[in-house]
Amino acid sequence: MDTVAAKDIQANDPTLLADIRDALANCMRCGNCMAVCPIYKETKNEASVARGKLALMEGMLSGDVEMSAGFDHVLGKCLCCKACAANCPCGVKADELIVRGRQAAVQARGLHPIKKAVFKLLSSRRLFDAALRTAGMFGPLSFKKVPGKVGAIARFPMPGIDRKRVTAPFAATPLRSKYPEVIKADHAKCKVAFFTGCTINYMYTDVGDSVINVLHHNDIEVVMPPEQHCCGTPVYVSGDKTLAETFAKHIIEVFGDCNVDYVVAACGSCAEALKLEYPRMFKNDPALYKKAQALAAKTYEISEFLVDVMPIRRDDLGEVKKTVTMHDPCHMARGIKVTEQPREILRSIPGLTFIEMKDAARCCGSGGSFSLANYPLSRKINDRKVKNIEASSAEIVATSCGTCRMHLTDGLEQNSVDASVVHVIQLLDASYKAAEGKA
Amino acid sequence: MDKLNLEAFKRIVGEENVLTEKEELYCYSYDATPGYAHLPEAVVIPENVNQVSDIMKIANEHQIPVYPRGSGTNLSAGCVPLKGGIVLLMNRFNRIIDVDLENLVATTEPGVVVADLNSKVAEQGLIYPPDPGTVATATLGGTIAENAGGLRGLKYGVSKHYVMGLEVVLANGDILHTGGKNVKDVSGYDLTKLFTGSEGTLGVITKAILKLVPAPECRKSILAVFKNLDYAGRAVAGIIAAKIIPATLEIMDNATIRTVEDYAHVGLPIDAEAVLLIEVDGIAEVVAKEAEEVLRVLKENKADDIQLAKNDAERDQIWAARRAALPALAKLRPTTYVEDATVPRSKVPEFLRAVNKISKEYNVTIGTFGHAGDGNMHPTIVCDNRDEQEMVRVKKAMNAVFSAAIELGGTLSGEHGIGLGKLPWMEQQHGSKAMAAMRNIKRAMDPHLILNPGKLVGEC
Repeated sequence: MDTVAAKDIQANDPTLLADIRDALANCMRCGNCMAVCPIYKETKNEASVARGKLALMEGMLSGDVEMSAGFDHVLGKCLCCKACAANCPCGVKADELIVRGRQAAVQARGLHPIKKAVFKLLSSRRLFDAALRTAGMFGPLSFKKVPGKVGAIARFPMPGIDRKRVTAPFAATPLRSKYPEVIKADHAKCKVAFFTGCTINYMYTDVGDSVINVLHHNDIEVVMPPEQHCCGTPVYVSGDKTLAETFAKHIIEVFGDCNVDYVVAACGSCAEALKLEYPRMFKNDPALYKKAQALAAKTYEISEFLVDVMPIRRDDLGEVKKTVTMHDPCHMARGIKVTEQPREILRSIPGLTFIEMKDAARCCGSGGSFSLANYPLSRKINDRKVKNIEASSAEIVATSCGTCRMHLTDGLEQNSVDASVVHVIQLLDASYKAAEGKA
Repeated sequence: MDKLNLEAFKRIVGEENVLTEKEELYCYSYDATPGYAHLPEAVVIPENVNQVSDIMKIANEHQIPVYPRGSGTNLSAGCVPLKGGIVLLMNRFNRIIDVDLENLVATTEPGVVVADLNSKVAEQGLIYPPDPGTVATATLGGTIAENAGGLRGLKYGVSKHYVMGLEVVLANGDILHTGGKNVKDVSGYDLTKLFTGSEGTLGVITKAILKLVPAPECRKSILAVFKNLDYAGRAVAGIIAAKIIPATLEIMDNATIRTVEDYAHVGLPIDAEAVLLIEVDGIAEVVAKEAEEVLRVLKENKADDIQLAKNDAERDQIWAARRAALPALAKLRPTTYVEDATVPRSKVPEFLRAVNKISKEYNVTIGTFGHAGDGNMHPTIVCDNRDEQEMVRVKKAMNAVFSAAIELGGTLSGEHGIGLGKLPWMEQQHGSKAMAAMRNIKRAMDPHLILNPGKLVGEC
């Protein structure tokens, strides 16, 4: 079945489409989204921008357009960076509507075969873990390290990865296997569960190490529930609603059963899933909604936690003599709206010179799996970001998202810009270590 | 469309620059005007004037309708491909060719976004004054074709006051050049002005020579609240009579004030009949003197509250109220019609009263704000175009608003253009003889009626 007429889909799921209809009607087609859409800036094609996508969805609803492969293709060209929603005079949440459109498309036509295979693997925690551990074990055989950076280039062509592209190597030992489930602190002030997320557990374990060090240094007990799994964001934004809900339920249960004061995540997208997406997902299921709300209420992104909830010790920070700029991940800036706290942490580090780059909160072009399917376009968007980094003359780019870090590292390498990318928390960790003389 | 023609277009601009997938075509079926949509048969994206010329030759020979398009942000359905044919997307023409500091002139391609030209010339202390609400998205080609204005129209005018010369491709593919860099130029018919504001019905703009002016070194903003609309009207007249031409002199009516306050909580009194927002700009000494004069006139005309911005933060606060006007109104209902009926500035209070009466009479929500200093009002109708009964009332109210403007000696459009949206009232404003003259011009320039057919002058 190549196409399904809108009326047939409507018969399958009238509620989903009725929801879209009312929200879509609020777009007044002013086109203000064109000013901020990173993809439109490169393609200048109306189908790339929110206005076009929303028009197309309205066309689908009115029966003018069918839910074809072309429809999938148009809706696929979105980074979910939320810039359009933030700039919309009518308050239309185009990012959410586009995800809703993708959900409808998945219901009508099913997932893209590649995504289907990946999500199948992802949906089994055990299989996924085994696969990524194996990748970590054989990593050095298939990837060569980029000197001086946490980055690697494929040694031979791999499906979905551009030959020249710098990605993050899989860790030989995942983060959660390096530590006991509970990391006790003497005179613990409170107990937090660490939601590691996939990139920190399997790739950027250095970020996880720093999160644990910093929390421990601040007399906070850390628990890493071994049953935790992906937050489901990649699945959710691809339109697979059912599978995303399965992930969400699992996380809500695992962390709900955890006897902790707070939950922290060190990735903007993961934090957004727990804080905002899960309650929204289950708003029609009172029992689950209550649990989702309870989890949301005690979940914080790590910088937010260390500034707003458990302020860090500042009496034993050592010097980090670096010039640093900040890249705000989309889901930090326009999702959970945490931009000041990471800056406050950076500014509190002695010796560190903070320089604001131009358009710090503009999307880096990664968009999670978007960059796999659209690398050349992702690269163009990222090149603009790299230009701003270069103009800031910073030595280090601090950010709060694994996939941003990966894409920025690649961009700096491709453009021969001598700067490295780290998580904010790694600089704080370095500062504590500098004071202890370990650095 | 004939496959052969499509192949010919592909040969001219390359396969990747001819869009024919239905999903993509659908994204070019509309512009920012509610209620109008039609699928084109193809979107053709040229990058130089010779390609445009070759495309026009084929279109002319085979009588294929052509709709030039920039960013598609106009408010008069000017870009809607109402009769099929091809959308000629001009946004690959995106080079600022030259900024000539000795003549204060910029030469640019039409696909450049207005704000991009402004940030480029700002480095030299210059501005390109036309600043429609869409500066961050609209292209120069689109704003010239629509003769767009903006907030600074009172002092700085609209697009036609800044277009000094054009390169245009005619319907038959001929490439012609009008005007130039001469400050004084009275040679021949003023074709530059003819194409400016022609809404894509006479030719395709492929290059523009634009006048730049020095950026004002200083500005002062003032907000004044009036419990009585008449006093606000007298204050506007008083400011002009005092021989002060502010860059901006804006008014918001009570319906707008209430909506803005409800939405943005900027501290506007909801019982005020009108708020005036005024900005004077120029040389510091002159600005200080003019601001004082404005304050005096406001007091004389019984303004109930006056705020003079003392710094940039206070200035931003004052203009936040004005910037919130359209979003606040638009959020009330799904569909928003922003009209731009314009009256002689002395008639502004009378026009606002008439709109208010029309709103009650037809039970339609209309908030009016706009450029009081130049009489260019924005009666903004918010509704739901899925509600057929309501839309009948909206159409009647719209008719009454335009008729009221014409009766007051006004015009259908101060800055948005006619397109399709205001076509029904053209004869009422201009009379049959003027309309016949306009249609004769159209037929002379475009005998096969392929350029944006059916717009501006209607069917010929």
